[in-house]
Amino acid sequence: MAAADFSRLIAAAADTIAAHAEELTALDQAIGDGDHGLNMKRGFEAVRAEADAFAAKPLPDALKAVGTKLVMTVGGASGPLFGTLFMALGKDLPAAPDRDGLTAAFGKAIEAVAARGKSQVGQKTMLDVLQPVYEALAQGKTAGEIAKAADKAAEATVPMRALRGRASFLGERSIGHMDAGARSTALLVRAVAEAIEGN
Amino acid sequence: MSNVGIVIVSHSPLVAEGTADMVRQMVGDEVPLAWCGGNGHGGLGTSVEAIMGAIDKAWSEAGVAILVDLGGAETNSEMAVEMIGEPRSHKIIVCNAPIVEGAVMAATESSGGASLKEVVATAHELSPS
Repeated sequence: MAAADFSRLIAAAADTIAAHAEELTALDQAIGDGDHGLNMKRGFEAVRAEADAFAAKPLPDALKAVGTKLVMTVGGASGPLFGTLFMALGKDLPAAPDRDGLTAAFGKAIEAVAARGKSQVGQKTMLDVLQPVYEALAQGKTAGEIAKAADKAAEATVPMRALRGRASFLGERSIGHMDAGARSTALLVRAVAEAIEGN
Repeated sequence: MSNVGIVIVSHSPLVAEGTADMVRQMVGDEVPLAWCGGNGHGGLGTSVEAIMGAIDKAWSEAGVAILVDLGGAETNSEMAVEMIGEPRSHKIIVCNAPIVEGAVMAATESSGGASLKEVVATAHELSPS
């Protein structure tokens, strides 16, 4: 991937998080501690500030650098979770990945996120978006279809009962609200998909 | 110092510092102790960087036991241990225990010269599993 393309993906990711920061915070206020939008925005702005330096690295190292920056700047549980996603992607992605390489690395990254959060699919978390995205990747779906799958998966967390994170303290009362981490994951997937499709 | 170090990680700097005060009252300066709290930007939260700093400050060759409050503190502490890496990471354990009681009990155990395993086991006894 050309450095300019990677910079553009970072900008697209940071833009969508910034544009939806208040919505993410509102989702998190409903069933969490209400800092998700601000935390994610801080993290992705820190990544944006160093986008050119990251983009100059080979793709795997660039992704690891993004992950490390998120870990250090987000300041909530989302930092290690989203950071691990990018760091693990960087660890397993070849320098010039094809669809199979991307799918395999994405699968490993999801496992790393699940281990970091001691969570699994069905517990009303970001994993509930990552898994359908992985399946769409594996089925050879287009970028647009993958973005739609991510949105649908985030919506599908609304009727779920939270079993991990602060929302799980609410038990039944966590039902009826979208998970903030699932929403931010879907936003990032859509931003990256649209940036790639626009190529 | 060869006693096990204790690190306290709370979302709130006030909780972390207050817990550290209670530990000091029990064990004085016999145990390496450090605390951190807050997201590093003036808000509630936990910071991997601050946790890594606290581990350095409380470092002991006997190891370090970390006491945390809510989920994000645990996740960020585990991340910090991983980023510190081997060989030191083998001697750092994030305890599953209530933060105040866990810190005081763990530090008291440590002050008697107990091993990291014993210190952590004492903290874990406080958690119904």
